[in-house]
Amino acid sequence: MEFRKGSSLSISDSSKKEMASDTGLELLIEQTISVITNDGRNIVGVLKGFDQATNLILDESHERVYSTKAGVEQLVLGLYIIRGDNISVVGELDEELDSNLNLSSLRAHPLKPVGH
Amino acid sequence: MLFFSYFKELVGKEVTVELKNDLAITGTLHSVDQYLNIKLENTRVVDEAKYPHMLSVKNCFIRGSVVRYVQLPPDGVDVEILHDATRREARGT
Repeated sequence: MEFRKGSSLSISDSSKKEMASDTGLELLIEQTISVITNDGRNIVGVLKGFDQATNLILDESHERVYSTKAGVEQLVLGLYIIRGDNISVVGELDEELDSNLNLSSLRAHPLKPVGH
Repeated sequence: MLFFSYFKELVGKEVTVELKNDLAITGTLHSVDQYLNIKLENTRVVDEAKYPHMLSVKNCFIRGSVVRYVQLPPDGVDVEILHDATRREARGT
C-alpha cells in the first residue's frame, strides 16, 4: 500500500487508476481543503498526500475554532497527518468564497463529535 | 456489494447526506466507492445558520463511516428491482 502523491502517481493497473480518479482525492492534491474530524474540529490546509484509509497529509494547516462567544479563532498547526479513522468530511475549499468570509464575525457552536 | 451498485445508479441525482454529527449536506452525487464514501458536488449545508463551517466548500468527500442517512430523490428507488436484487444477493448468486 502506498501513499499517493500528486507528482508521482504510480499505479500500474489502469482500471484501478480510473476507479481511483473517480472516487479518490487525487484531484484535491496540492489544493486547500477543509477537513472535519470525528471530534468536531475543522482543520484547513494544503493536501499533500492520502491513502486508501483516508489518512491525510496536510501542509500549512490551521485549525478553525468556532465559538458563540467570539469570532473564529485560527490556530496554526503546520504539517499534519490526520488518521483516516478520525475523518468525517474532506471539502474542497473555494478560495474566492473563503476570502469573502468574514471569519472574525462568524459565530457558531462547534460541531458535535460523531457519536455512535 | 448491493448497496455499492445501488448508489452507483444514483450518480447525478441530488441527495441529502446526514452525518453522525447531525450535519446534513445536500448535493449532487458525484461518485461512491467500495467503502460507501460519497462525493458530492454543488453542496449546501441544510441549516447554514447553525452550521457555517462549510460555507466555502462546494465539493466534498464524505467518509462512509460517518454517514447516518442518505435521503434519496422520490424516484430514486425502484422497489421491484431492489427486491429482486436483494433476493439474488441473499441466495448468493
